[in-house]
Amino acid sequence: MKILVCISQVPDTSTKIVLKNNNTSVNSDGVTYVINPYDEWYALIRAIELKESGIATEIHLITVGKADVEPVIRKALALGGDEAIRIDAESNDPYETAHYIAEYAAGVGYDLILCGKESIDYNNGTTGAMLAELLDLDYIGFATGISIEANAAAVNREIEGGEETDACNLPLVISCQKGVAEARIPNMRGIMAARTRPLKVITPSGITAVTEILSYELPPAKAGIKLVSPDDMDELVQLLHTEAKVI
Amino acid sequence: MSVIVLVEHTGGIIKKQSFEAVQYAAQIAPKMGTTVTAVALGSVTEAEMENLGQYGAQKVLHVADGRLDELHSRAYASALIAAAQKENSKVVVALHDIRGRAVAPRIAVKLKAGLVAGALSYPDTEKGFVIKKAVFSGKAFAYVNILSDVKVIMLMPNTFPPQKQEGKAVVEQLDVSFSEKDFSVKVKSVNKVTGEVPLADAELVVSGGRGLKGPENWGILEDLAKELGAATACSRPVADSHWRPHHEHVGQTGGTVRPNLYIAVGISGAIQHLAGVNGSKTIVVINKDPEAPFFKAANYGVVGDALEVLPRLTAAVKKFKEHHQ
Ligand SMILES: Cc1cc2nc3c(=O)[nH]c(=O)nc-3n(C[C@H](O)[C@H](O)[C@H](O)COP(=O)(O)OP(=O)(O)OC[C@H]3O[C@@H](n4cnc5c(N)ncnc54)[C@H](O)[C@@H]3O)c2cc1C
Ligand SMILES: Nc1ncnc2c1ncn2[C@@H]1O[C@H](COP(=O)(O)O)[C@@H](O)[C@H]1O
Repeated sequence: MKILVCISQVPDTSTKIVLKNNNTSVNSDGVTYVINPYDEWYALIRAIELKESGIATEIHLITVGKADVEPVIRKALALGGDEAIRIDAESNDPYETAHYIAEYAAGVGYDLILCGKESIDYNNGTTGAMLAELLDLDYIGFATGISIEANAAAVNREIEGGEETDACNLPLVISCQKGVAEARIPNMRGIMAARTRPLKVITPSGITAVTEILSYELPPAKAGIKLVSPDDMDELVQLLHTEAKVI
Repeated sequence: MSVIVLVEHTGGIIKKQSFEAVQYAAQIAPKMGTTVTAVALGSVTEAEMENLGQYGAQKVLHVADGRLDELHSRAYASALIAAAQKENSKVVVALHDIRGRAVAPRIAVKLKAGLVAGALSYPDTEKGFVIKKAVFSGKAFAYVNILSDVKVIMLMPNTFPPQKQEGKAVVEQLDVSFSEKDFSVKVKSVNKVTGEVPLADAELVVSGGRGLKGPENWGILEDLAKELGAATACSRPVADSHWRPHHEHVGQTGGTVRPNLYIAVGISGAIQHLAGVNGSKTIVVINKDPEAPFFKAANYGVVGDALEVLPRLTAAVKKFKEHHQ
């Protein structure tokens, strides 16, 4: 069974966002980039677990980005995976990303495609379902557990106010979140071995953009905090009622 | 030409957020010289659908197939595409929630449409079709222009509270020929956490961090939540230590909430935690350390010991409710 894991590069979670060029772009100076946490902690780790337990035979990692994303995909490869693919393109949005990944994946034929619940940079959470549509595959979003038996997957996924278990035959696209895998730390051996694993660079065919970002804005500073004495919770309740109007 | 809206329901009761989506569409439609058609899937009563008129829908297209009571992303997309074709729609509105996120991206691909996920504003049609959305987990906003002829918008729930008006929608049945493939994902079991307020939809949330010291102290937090009718949440280390169930964990790697009121108790306010809660309209922080970073993101702060403050707050809420019945 062949698994494809979609890896996106995002600013480290503690990054302070600074805008430039008259607020038309985000300043990347001094920003540390990491593997999108959902891709690393859940999608990739679960793929590795499936390989370790003998269910998966091969894991490929794919990322859409220019050469500057290579350190991140290499880091992902160090965690585990047999081969990495970088689609050499600057992507505007999930629509383009999904098209590029689908174009490559259609040619290989994966049994399972795992992606993260969302990338923490643009917070869309739409790439996986788009990919499923482009490849004419089934899709299960917000997975919290994945098990594979023969040619079928049993997937726990979040629903409003609970969880459900779905069954579906492979091939399948799943977006992963907390619960899908156990946390782990990369070992040095893996990091060394990753250097010899291949990183393919693919030039995609072009696609017409369907969205563009015109500008950015930082949130307004909070108007200032009102402190309430810990002995006067009646006052807090009054403020929440008359001023904030939330209760 | 109408604007179509995917309407969600649980057990036949239409979700409040879907009223919001219909109302949102009703604000856009006149600007485009058109009206709103809601699309309801599965077992919903005629009366429930007619009520969508109170939020601005002229018409409801009802696909009555009972299999649609469960989420089947392919089938939902097929139904919406059929509706869009019938209505010759240029704009499709869904919610930025679990179901919306499984269906709307499929529709965008089928219709070669640009999509904005998590819309926070009405489209500005002066400079194109520009919609505001949060990026970098609420640390910034982006203004996204949709360039394609057809547009798909996933509205962030709890952005424009729905307001009921007079009105009654006309309900029409829509026949969609589904394929077997449309239902290939089978639901085996459902495990609903009943009796509690679902976190993602909650308007009031009480959340606890490591400052509560241990699971044995959660009773006083739950008391407050119960008194307020709020959902409960927690920080990541709390879930990781199994003090609370995993689905309560909010933040960068957990759930995202956008309630009207978020009360953070004994949570330091790390940037990764804020990422999941900074869309909350009002934030109250209770922390014994006046230097805790969370105070910078709060509207109201209480410097004090959670174990003492929580019962007092619960009592104050109770007293308030008694006077406002
Ligand atoms: C990549 C990454 C992703 C992460 N994702 C998340 C995430 O999704 N969600 C998340 O929450 N965290 C996340 N974290 C962890 C985050 O950085 C913080 O470590 C975490 O939020 C701290 O949890 P806490 O505030 O409960 O605990 P602490 O940091 O230990 O803070 C406890 C607070 O309680 C206060 N306190 C102590 N005793 C009392 C008392 N008696 N009364 C009142 N107050 C008291 C203290 O003053 C302190 O401010 C992530 C970290 C990383 C690196
Ligand atoms: N540039 C990219 N390259 C590869 N995979 C991506 C890329 N962007 C997003 N993804 C995948 O799609 C998931 C959802 O991302 P998004 O739809 O952008 O929020 C991520 O968690 C990744 O698994």
